[in-house]
Amino acid sequence: MKASQQPLTFYEEGLPGVDTSALCGKLIVIEGPDGVGRSTQVSLLRTWLEHSGHAVMDTGMARSALVGKTIRQAKRGNTLGPLTLSLFYATDFADRLENEIIPALRAGFVVLTDRYIYSSIARASARGSDPAWIRQVFGFALRPHAIYYLRASVQDLLPRVVYARGGFDYWESGMDVHMGKDLFESFVRYQSRVIRALDSMAQRYDFEMVDASRTPDKIFQDLKKRITRLLDGVKRRPQKAPAPSAARKKPVRAPEPVSASVQASSDLLTPAPA
Amino acid sequence: MEDWVRWKANPMRVFSSRKFPGKLIVVEGIDGSGKSTQLALLSHWLRSRGFGVVFSEWNSSPLVRETTRRGKKKDMFTPTTFSLIHATDFADRIERQILPPLRAGSIVCADRYAFTAFARDTARGVSRRWVRNLYRFAIRPTLAFYFRVPLDVALGRILGGRDALKYYEAGMDLHLSRDVEESFRLFQGRIVDEYEAMIDEFGFRVIDATLSIEEQQTKIREIVEQELDLTHPNGLLRAPWQGFVDTNGIGSARPV
Repeated sequence: MKASQQPLTFYEEGLPGVDTSALCGKLIVIEGPDGVGRSTQVSLLRTWLEHSGHAVMDTGMARSALVGKTIRQAKRGNTLGPLTLSLFYATDFADRLENEIIPALRAGFVVLTDRYIYSSIARASARGSDPAWIRQVFGFALRPHAIYYLRASVQDLLPRVVYARGGFDYWESGMDVHMGKDLFESFVRYQSRVIRALDSMAQRYDFEMVDASRTPDKIFQDLKKRITRLLDGVKRRPQKAPAPSAARKKPVRAPEPVSASVQASSDLLTPAPA
Repeated sequence: MEDWVRWKANPMRVFSSRKFPGKLIVVEGIDGSGKSTQLALLSHWLRSRGFGVVFSEWNSSPLVRETTRRGKKKDMFTPTTFSLIHATDFADRIERQILPPLRAGSIVCADRYAFTAFARDTARGVSRRWVRNLYRFAIRPTLAFYFRVPLDVALGRILGGRDALKYYEAGMDLHLSRDVEESFRLFQGRIVDEYEAMIDEFGFRVIDATLSIEEQQTKIREIVEQELDLTHPNGLLRAPWQGFVDTNGIGSARPV
């Protein structure tokens, strides 16, 4: 059975007192290193999904009501240790999961998240924390329906960081852990480590690899195709006696996003049978 | 999944195994057990004997404290975020207040430590294993004192000293009872059960907190003297002006 057809579950023990059986929305994660174009894709996808009739909620790191502001303030001071940084992000994530993501899923929304727990795990590992420790810390996370990993090399990231953002960020370059003599050197070393850490998680967490060395439009078309298929999975789910052969014979359609997902969206609003 | 199996196979490996020249003394117990008073007396005594002493309190990271205060005021916490924000506070203190002095060879006195989180968060329904993993970066204390006190005695001390019990302190977020005092009693009762179960798990030194302040302090000093081998303090930081300090006096000759 495909992950997209199963009810949502937690990675490990989960959140105390949270019932996942009534979560009928879709949880879609866009992952990838800094500067790979995640936020561009999230905003394109959001517009497209809303045009197609889906209710969409998007979220991302350091946006929680509880600690979002504190994280931004603390980062300005450049006095955050690596453990404190990791746990700040874990607190931020938990607050958004409990107060934004889960309520939206309960209401049948498509939740698009610009990064999830994987970046936090990758960053903590790149900063020298024990990967098993931080993975277990994030054990209360919901297993998403799909994780699209925008995969690019550091060489692909450099032009975007320099041309689109006008330079290197202190934290995105891992300057807090002194990875190089200057921002450039540190950025290359740190991001290489983050990418390696993300690559190494691909299998454990079932990432779908998306080649992000292409143009934003190509990436968008690719993601649209995959998400259409994911949302169609809901519509075509066999209720009792499945006819898997018939379903499988149906050719994979070229993206007809609008009509396909309008129908899918109406199904999204009816809770999935457990 | 395999982490889980590994953890189960070796459940005692909770803290970091790093070794330091300094010593870490922690006090634990429910509110009103008198542990802060005892730790203050102990640290005065250690300072008067010429040792470098650093004090660290629960929930005191300047970076995190404001968030915790605001979250509590607006009732924004769930058991999970309550646990995580305290771990964040603790991580900041470990990285900046606790670890550097330990490396330098000072005695660090901590009023509450990770055990407080193990007891409180579990009483709130957070998984025992999850919260122990969360604090795996903590340094194993040299000595952990547990102040055992009957609930009624603790409640009497608290109600005597302050006007009202606070929302989270009384576990009101758990909706155990609408009555604050009753809720406090139920919640702190759960915490006591967790502490009692940790005595063997972490080798707590149990202090009978119904004894007089002086009697408790005498016992504590005896244990510290013995365990820290204060007559031959190896690697411990000594005050440079040691000769000028009245070593029999109560206070330190120098401000903290």
